[in-house]
Amino acid sequence: MIVPTHIYTGTVETWATIITVAATAVAGDVLTAGAMRNIGDLDIIRAKSGLGGAIRAVISSPMFLLGVLSMAASFFSLLFTLSNVELSLAAPASASLTFLGNAFAAKLFLKENVNPRRWMAALFVCAGVFLLSK
Amino acid sequence: MKHTLTPQRYLILLAVMLTASVGDTLLFHGMTQVGPVSMAHLGLLLSALRNPWVITGILCLLGFFASYLTALSWADLTFVLPSTAFGYVVVAFLAKYWQHETITIYRWLGILLIVCGVGFVANGPSLTLHESQHPPEKPAPAAAPTGDHR
Repeated sequence: MIVPTHIYTGTVETWATIITVAATAVAGDVLTAGAMRNIGDLDIIRAKSGLGGAIRAVISSPMFLLGVLSMAASFFSLLFTLSNVELSLAAPASASLTFLGNAFAAKLFLKENVNPRRWMAALFVCAGVFLLSK
Repeated sequence: MKHTLTPQRYLILLAVMLTASVGDTLLFHGMTQVGPVSMAHLGLLLSALRNPWVITGILCLLGFFASYLTALSWADLTFVLPSTAFGYVVVAFLAKYWQHETITIYRWLGILLIVCGVGFVANGPSLTLHESQHPPEKPAPAAAPTGDHR
């Protein structure tokens, strides 16, 4: 049997890169969400200080900037992954893992009340995203 | 956990769903007009910025980020994320009816699962209130005079 050498599907390297994409995406989402929670309701800030005040409040948050950096890292690790792994595996696998990882991370770090409805939502969305790639 | 959303905030969530999916589709449409970009011809990316579809797509994605951040400022991450996933459903419909792509049975099943997933959280509470954020259950009693009343 001839195994293609340029695609690492099924190997440790494949899943290491996919997990890196998902982990950096989860870090980006959680840091951004945490920053927005600390900043407060943007509707109220915009009503008080205008759109400029709301933008200043967001971009002056170090946690938000760290979140954006994590999102950028996730984007570039996705590009790296796509150069080694088939798109039909890499994109849905990383997206599905990101949804599940976010549910865990939101409970752990943001202390969100992830009730059974939200777990079901994460699982359904995760499976749905995977099926979209078929 | 409490908090249900006002109609205006549901509109923000609708903007999260629509701007991401419409933006991606506009970018895809624009890039098919620009043509394939290789490492040897990265300058093509700059010319892509003159394509009206690409420009509109980028504006839509900026709108997505703004509405996503706004939603995160008054709702939980685990409430907002399924809404962003609903964008995949919108993309599938745009791909079918605008780009005339074929949607397989697996994709329809995927769409059904995502719609169910969004349905699980849509009517539920949007925000976890922690102890420090809870408003007082009853108004504080008036300061009672100290001392013995006998």
